[in-house]
Amino acid sequence: MTKLTNRSYTYYFLLPAGIIYFVFFLLPTIMSFFFSMTWWTLTDWKFIGFENFITFLTEPSLNIGFKNTIIYAVVTCTLKVILGLLLGVFLSQKLKTIGFVRSMVFFPTLLSTIAVGMAFAMMMHPTQGLINTALKIVGITGPDWLGDTTIALISVALVDVWKGVGMATVIFIAGIMSIPEDYYEALAIDGGNSFHKFWNIIVPLSRPAMNSVIILAFIGGLRSFDLVWAMTKGGPGFSTDLIASIIYKQYQGGFYGLSTAGNVILFVVVSALAFPLYAFLNKKEVDL
Amino acid sequence: MKAKKKIFAVLSSAALFAGILAGCSSNDSASGDKDEDSGQVTLTLLVDNQSNLDGMKAVTDAIEEKYDIKTEYELRPGGGEGDNLVKTRLATGDMTDLMAYNSGSLFQALNPEQNFLDISEESFVETIMDDAKEALSSNGKVYGIPAASFMAGGWFYNKKIYEELGLSVPKTWDELMSNNEKIKEAGKTAVIGSYKDSWTAQVIVLADNYNVLQQHPSFAEDFTANKAKIADTPGALSSFEKLAEVYDKGYLNEDFLATGYEAGLQKLAEGEGAHYPMLSFALPMLQTNYAEELDNIGFFPQPGDSADENGLTVWVPGGVFVNKNTEHPEEAKKWMEFFVSQEGNDLYNAKITPQGPPAIKGVELSDDVYGAVKDMLPYFESGKTAPALEFLSPVKGPNLPQIAVEVGSGISKAKAGAELYDKDVEKQAKQLGLEGW
Repeated sequence: MTKLTNRSYTYYFLLPAGIIYFVFFLLPTIMSFFFSMTWWTLTDWKFIGFENFITFLTEPSLNIGFKNTIIYAVVTCTLKVILGLLLGVFLSQKLKTIGFVRSMVFFPTLLSTIAVGMAFAMMMHPTQGLINTALKIVGITGPDWLGDTTIALISVALVDVWKGVGMATVIFIAGIMSIPEDYYEALAIDGGNSFHKFWNIIVPLSRPAMNSVIILAFIGGLRSFDLVWAMTKGGPGFSTDLIASIIYKQYQGGFYGLSTAGNVILFVVVSALAFPLYAFLNKKEVDL
Repeated sequence: MKAKKKIFAVLSSAALFAGILAGCSSNDSASGDKDEDSGQVTLTLLVDNQSNLDGMKAVTDAIEEKYDIKTEYELRPGGGEGDNLVKTRLATGDMTDLMAYNSGSLFQALNPEQNFLDISEESFVETIMDDAKEALSSNGKVYGIPAASFMAGGWFYNKKIYEELGLSVPKTWDELMSNNEKIKEAGKTAVIGSYKDSWTAQVIVLADNYNVLQQHPSFAEDFTANKAKIADTPGALSSFEKLAEVYDKGYLNEDFLATGYEAGLQKLAEGEGAHYPMLSFALPMLQTNYAEELDNIGFFPQPGDSADENGLTVWVPGGVFVNKNTEHPEEAKKWMEFFVSQEGNDLYNAKITPQGPPAIKGVELSDDVYGAVKDMLPYFESGKTAPALEFLSPVKGPNLPQIAVEVGSGISKAKAGAELYDKDVEKQAKQLGLEGW
């Protein structure tokens, strides 16, 4: 009776978790593919083929979300990688106040997104906001950060970067710390300067960390919803609407079939962009 | 031994799962049951957490005293989130006995025949004003009672500024625009825009319905039947053009996209701006925050092309509806009957000053009503009122606030906005399964 195999737990223990996963995740996912092709009132449905998808892709108030989402994801992802890497390099040095500075950088990540959004929306008020009041003292008339349709989306993206860069920095610090000392010693013997250290050692060898940051930030950007909702609710008009906020609004409007179609599209878009990106990045990774 | 273990494993996993399910299930026994000792009946009532409930509570306290029917309040969020919650609770059979909800298009979108009790035959239904009764009905059957007084949509104005500049209340749109020009020249904000709260941007469009109906008396029916589009009907399109004109002529405050509803009221009360297109439900908040300025605030309907056709667009109050599956239909009807009686109205109005004329025939208002409400009364007395479009037609596109912001801030032109809204409406009509779409 003391055979090793008998000590392991039976697979039946997986059943509760498995059933929950199936009922609350897999089943709705599969069902959503069907309901995305219907007029759906939650109790009643009518099959209509691809009409919801066509509506979603052709109507200007709906398909503006694709453009905005891509811009948003690319801007936030790029800035998080660049700033995160620079901060990561800076914060992996041996400084006296390193613990304090690190927590300062990480702190915004801990805040509630809604609170951050509301606080920044107030600070970005064109006449009474903190930012433009400060700019006025220096003699600059600040723009209407959230009211001007040409820059509103970028304003929200910058807040997202402020909030998310701490997480990227922590991942980069971990990546940089795991680079063995040998490389730096070899560089010192070869007479390399600090630029060489950054460009030829840190950047290539923190690649796994960078890939994680890129993937996380990019997918996060594509799915982003809460910050935009807290700051602009997609406005003015539809100018900062992302796919996720549009889906939410269609659901609010009672267009269950249409919003489900939007979710399916979001799923396809995220997969179509994230998987190739992931494969591409993995190919470039090098072993330590 | 092995088999025993297997059985034990299956049983324990079943127990785990049952525990989870128990956590999910709702506590049904809490609502709607008779209290064994006193014979008291409890009715549950779902209301939104945005409204002031003092008036309703005064009425339900009296109902409890008089009929021994207790009312248990359940709060829900307002706006679109609240709509979702109501629809979900109806779809899952988890609705309260009584439900307070919007009348008109939002109510009609709830599939009333399936979900609510038909009260057309009750005698108290006769006392409801026709405009209100229609908005509380679906397919000719009445389902609800008005939960408050009428409201009106139009233009609040600051009387001090009007006196200062020697202006008079405009009877036509052109007069209003020339007033605006003078106010602008005097260095004040002519029209307060608070489009940060995008719903406020729709008011100019919605409050124009009286004028639309003057030009097209059958517009609401044609619109519902897909025979008329806003973008192709000049009278209806002009509502959007009015919204665009206010922006194009530079009458709005500089920060209109960063100003919200409450800040808009502040600008009006403090005389920073002369006009604020708004619904009369703003009055209680004005009273709470700017009581001493309240006498300086007047109200006029959104004027149309001609002074002879000057009339008021009114908002039918929300209703209280009975769940079709309630265990206490008789008590619920008794509840309603008292709510719409003169006694019920007096109790209600003692707590909440009416934001417009009463929706029940024969109910008298006391003399201390808001000045702005007194400005509305002549239109009701002479019958120059029309309900807003959302009370005449079940179709109202959910994206109107955003579209109105686009038109009202120059992002898109009036015609393009109207076309986009027509498409939005089409989705809604198809979702409702209306004829002709």
